[in-house]
Amino acid sequence: MKTENALELCNVTKKYKDFTLKNLSLRLPQGCVMGLIGENGAGKSTTIKAVTGAVRADEGSISVLGCDVGSGEFQKVKEDVGVVMDEACFPDVLCPRQVNKVMKQIYKNWEENVFFSYLKKFKLPEEKAFKEFSRGMKMKLSIAAALSHRPKLLILDEATSGLDPIVRDEILDVFNEFTRDECHSILISSHIVSDLEKICDYIAFIHEGKLLFCEEKDVLLEEYGLLSIGTKDFEAIDPDAVLSYRNTGYGVEAIVRRSMIPESFHVERAGIEAVMVAMAKEVRS
Amino acid sequence: MRTLDIIISNTGERPIYEQIYEQIRKLIISGRLKEGDLLPSIRGLAKDLRISVITTKRAYEELEREGFIYSVTGKGSFVAKKNVALIREENLKQIEAHICAAYELAAACEISGQELMDMFIMLGENE
Repeated sequence: MKTENALELCNVTKKYKDFTLKNLSLRLPQGCVMGLIGENGAGKSTTIKAVTGAVRADEGSISVLGCDVGSGEFQKVKEDVGVVMDEACFPDVLCPRQVNKVMKQIYKNWEENVFFSYLKKFKLPEEKAFKEFSRGMKMKLSIAAALSHRPKLLILDEATSGLDPIVRDEILDVFNEFTRDECHSILISSHIVSDLEKICDYIAFIHEGKLLFCEEKDVLLEEYGLLSIGTKDFEAIDPDAVLSYRNTGYGVEAIVRRSMIPESFHVERAGIEAVMVAMAKEVRS
Repeated sequence: MRTLDIIISNTGERPIYEQIYEQIRKLIISGRLKEGDLLPSIRGLAKDLRISVITTKRAYEELEREGFIYSVTGKGSFVAKKNVALIREENLKQIEAHICAAYELAAACEISGQELMDMFIMLGENE
């Protein structure tokens, strides 16, 4: 496998009046899927905006598909990047058939047949005006458009939020298929951590403008787990092993580092969401 | 190609890469996968099973390190020539693991080493 990075952020800092994204460094190897998680206002969207060139970072460097975002070359690289934001924005009066005509003029690599096959796959009407679309349909159209100019990198900001579980699963399947090609990579942010858990190779957790960790998903799932034990036993456990805990009155439920827990205790799988919540609490305390 | 059963359990009991490693290894030892057979591509298997590419790669690397498979750049991974000594070694490891498990169980309900030995010999005679 090639070691090239689809995305590389190095010490990126972006200051706003009331918020600062501090010293963010991330690497997304080609062919992988990275999920960005974090609370509202943690800096996920700022990161994505910086990567797409929508905002300029104050410090640090960002390279997308090997090209510096600030350079003139980046305009060309944009052909290879598909972007889906949380709100799909097409002119209200256009129907998908007309969207196709517009996009054909924008992207050199635009492929009509791919676009129409996605319309069919997503069961989107070709002749209906965009304003008549449901939220799910709008999102699907946006995704179809992003995939129809043969991108190598997909950047998705909350692309699955507000959609029902069945549509989300359908869309995740499309993303899964997309990364069957080893040159294809995805950066996706979402509040629906279970979605990310399904498709990501890496999880990056941004908290209050800082990167808490960027780790392989399976390593996270192996390292952190849920321990349910009696209060007495809990007192014997190394406090450093505990991220957060809750006393139920009948015992303790704790998110723990598996490697620091004696083997005789049974540590269950916790899921990324529980780990994320526990870590956010730990940082706060 | 015949269909292979590779079942991933998400209960967190065992790391996913270990599950893949273990199951492919068993398929090779049992002879369901034969020398020279082409294995699913790392990426293909990962996407089919909806698991991480990195994890799948790690399992394949482990299999390669242990000599069960070899990979040809641009072609994929193949089942290596069966190594009798290797398989014997594998089985020995498993026997050891079973014996250790028996000792642990015995210790948990205070059965002495001697009692355990007696059981072992008695069961052996029945075989």
